[in-house]
Amino acid sequence: MQLSDTPAEADFRRRLREWLGKTLPELPPAPEPADWPGRRAYDTAWQRRLFDAGYAGVHWPVDAGGRGATPSEHLIFLEETELAGAPYVGANFVGLLHAGPTVAAEGTPEQRARFLPPILRGDEVWCQGFSEPDAGSDLAALRTRAVRDGDAYVVTGGKIWTSHAEVADWCELLVRTDPQAPKHRGITWLAMRMDAPGVTVRPLRTLAGTTEFAELFLDEVRVPVGDRLGAENDGWRVTMVTLSFERGTAFASEAVACRREVRRLARAARAGGAWDDLELRRELASLEAEFTALWRLVQWNVSEAAARGVPGAGGSVFKLRFSEARQRLYDTAARVVGTEALLDGPWTAQRLQGLSYTIAAGTSQIQRNIVARRILGLPKGR
Amino acid sequence: MDFRLTEDQGRLRDGLRQALTDRRLDWEELTGIGVFQLRVPEQDGGLGLGLPEAVLVFEEAGRAVLSGPLVGTEVAAAVLGLGGRAEVVRVPARGPVLVPELPGLDHVLLLRPDDSLAVLPAAACDASPAPAVDPDRPLWRLEGDLPPGERASAPQARRVAADATLLTAALQSGLAARAVAEAVAYARTREQFGQPIGAFQAVQHLCADMLARAELARVAVYAAAVSGDPGEIAGAKLLADEAAVRGARDCLQVHGGMGFTWEARVHRLLKRAWAWEQAGADRDRCLDALATHL
Ligand SMILES: Cc1cc2nc3c(=O)[nH]c(=O)nc-3n(C[C@H](O)[C@H](O)[C@H](O)COP(=O)(O)OP(=O)(O)OC[C@H]3O[C@@H](n4cnc5c(N)ncnc54)[C@H](O)[C@@H]3O)c2cc1C
Repeated sequence: MQLSDTPAEADFRRRLREWLGKTLPELPPAPEPADWPGRRAYDTAWQRRLFDAGYAGVHWPVDAGGRGATPSEHLIFLEETELAGAPYVGANFVGLLHAGPTVAAEGTPEQRARFLPPILRGDEVWCQGFSEPDAGSDLAALRTRAVRDGDAYVVTGGKIWTSHAEVADWCELLVRTDPQAPKHRGITWLAMRMDAPGVTVRPLRTLAGTTEFAELFLDEVRVPVGDRLGAENDGWRVTMVTLSFERGTAFASEAVACRREVRRLARAARAGGAWDDLELRRELASLEAEFTALWRLVQWNVSEAAARGVPGAGGSVFKLRFSEARQRLYDTAARVVGTEALLDGPWTAQRLQGLSYTIAAGTSQIQRNIVARRILGLPKGR
Repeated sequence: MDFRLTEDQGRLRDGLRQALTDRRLDWEELTGIGVFQLRVPEQDGGLGLGLPEAVLVFEEAGRAVLSGPLVGTEVAAAVLGLGGRAEVVRVPARGPVLVPELPGLDHVLLLRPDDSLAVLPAAACDASPAPAVDPDRPLWRLEGDLPPGERASAPQARRVAADATLLTAALQSGLAARAVAEAVAYARTREQFGQPIGAFQAVQHLCADMLARAELARVAVYAAAVSGDPGEIAGAKLLADEAAVRGARDCLQVHGGMGFTWEARVHRLLKRAWAWEQAGADRDRCLDALATHL
C-alpha cells in the first residue's frame, strides 16, 4: 500500500505544476455556458495547449500518439489539473475518454492514423450516439438500422440525449446491422461524420434551461464501410471496451473537485451563519469523509486496473457512491444558502446539473444490477 | 503510487483469513502468532510492522467477529509498551462507563473528556457486572469515582485514541464484508416464488449497497493507515461504522424470520457492530473531528 509519489511521479507532478502555473494565467476568460461555439473553441484550444506541451492523451499508449504515462501519472494529471483550476475536458470528453480509446484498442492502423491525431490536437470533436428513445438502459435494444450498399452503410433511425452533438465533427454510432440476430449480436460500431447529408441535430433543453444534449435524426446517411470499427455485428463487444473506460477514471477529477466544493461550502457556511447549526456542520463533515474516501477508491481502482490492464467492476461501486454523494453535496449547499437556493445562482446550477449523475452513463439502478450480478454473483431473475 | 497490497501484506491477510476460517483461534493462539506484538519493534520481541499491516489483521479479526480486548491490547503494546490485556475506554457523553471483560484485563486505558489518557490497573477499578446486549462481550459498569491512575503524555494519549479508532474501524470493515458474504450466501440458496431470493432485484440492490459501503470503508481504512491523517482516520471510522451497522441490519433483513432467531447468529453481527460503533470514537466525535478540519 503505497500512496506517495515515486521519484518519477514526483518529477512528473512538479513539471506539470510548473507548466500549469505558467499556462493557466494566459488563458482567455471562459465562455458563457450557453455559448456552444465559444465553448467548443475554448475547450479545443485548451486541448491544443495540452498537445503542444506533451500532455494530450496522457494515459493513451505511445503508439496511439499519447504520452504513455502510467495510470498513477494519469491520476496525478487529473488531480493537479483539477486542483489548479484548469479547464475541464468539456467538448473533448467523448473523443478523449470514449471514442479515442476505443479506436486505439480496436481500430486498424489506418483508422488510428485518421482519427487519433485530430482528437489529441483538439482539431476534431466527437459525440456519442448510443442511446435511442426506446433504448436507454437496455442499450442493446437499439433499432437504428444500417444496410450495406456497396462500400457504404446506409443509416436510418434516431439517437437521443447526444451530448455536444451541436458542435461535434464525428459521432461514435451504434447501429443494427442484423435485425434477425439476438439483440447483442446484430450491432455494429460506426464513425459517422456529423456533416454528412441526412444528419439533423435538434437541441434538447435540459431541466437547467440549457441545451446540453440533442436529438439526432438520421435519414439514409451514408457511412463508408472503412469507418466501421471492428467486424460487422461485433459492435457490442467493441462498445463494452468504451464503457469500461467511461466507468474507469472518467469521474476521477470530479471527486477531487467535490472535495474542494465541500471546503468552499464550509467557508460559505461560516460566512453565512449556517456553521452554527450542529446538524449542518456534521453533514458537511460526513461529505468530507465521503469524498476523501471516494478519491482513495479511485486510487485503489486505478492501482488494481494497472495490474490487470482494464478497469474493473470497482468502477461501478465508485459511480454509484459518487453520483449520490454529489447530489447530497448540493442538497446540503441548498440548506447552507437558505432561500438563495430558490434563485438561479451557481450553487443551484450545480444542484440541477447534479441530477443527471444518477442517470447518465448507466443509471444507479443499472450500477446496482452490475454490482449484484458481476461482483456478487447473484442469479438472474425470471 | 501503488495502493495494492504488497506480496507480504497479501500473504499476511490471506494466511490469517484462512486460519480464522478453519477454526476460531483462542487468545493464546492469537498471542502466539503475534497479533498483539505486530507493531512492537523487532528488538523488543515484536514483529516490527506498521499500521497498514495492523489494519489488515484487524480487518480479518472483524470478519471472524473475534471477541476479547483485541484493540486495547495491541495499542497498549504498540504505543505504551505495556504488556498484558488492555481495553481502551472513553468516558462517554451520555450513559455509564462500560468496560468489556474487565476481570480478564490488566489495564484500562481511560480516555477522559479532556482527551487526556489515564492508565488504570484493572484490579483497582470498582465495578459491577452489567447485562450486555452482545452475548460475547460481557460488560462491567465502573462505579463511584474513577481512580486517577497514571497519566500518559499528550502525544501518547493522541496516538492511543487515533490508533484505537482506526483499528476499530478495521474491525468494522471486516464485519461489514462478513455481513455482505452472509447475506449473499443466504440469498443464493433460499428459494421463494420458485427462485432464489437473490434473483429478486430488491434483494440484489440491498446487497449491492452493502457491498458499496463495505468497499468504500475498506479502502478508507487502508488509506488512513497509510497516511495516518487524523481526519482520514475519523472518516474511515465513520464509513466503517455505517458499513457495519447498516450491513448487519440488511443482512438480517435478507434472512427474513430466520434472521430474528437466536440460532441463526445474524444478530451477533449487528450487536457487535453496535458495540464497535461506540468504541474508539463514535459517530458524533468523528464528525466533530472532521468538521474542525474544514
Ligand atoms: C445529461 C445526460 C447526458 C447524456 N449523454 C449521452 C450521450 O452523449 N450519448 C448517449 O448515447 N446517451 C447519453 N445519455 C443517455 C443515458 O445514457 C441514458 O439516459 C441512460 O442510459 C438511461 O436511459 P433512459 O434515459 O432511456 O432511461 P430508462 O432506461 O428508461 O430508465 C428509466 C428508469 O428505469 C430504471 N430502469 C431501467 N432498466 C432497469 C433495470 N433493468 N433494472 C432496474 N431499473 C431499471 C432506470 O434506472 C431509471 O430509473 C445522457 C443522459 C443524460 C441525462
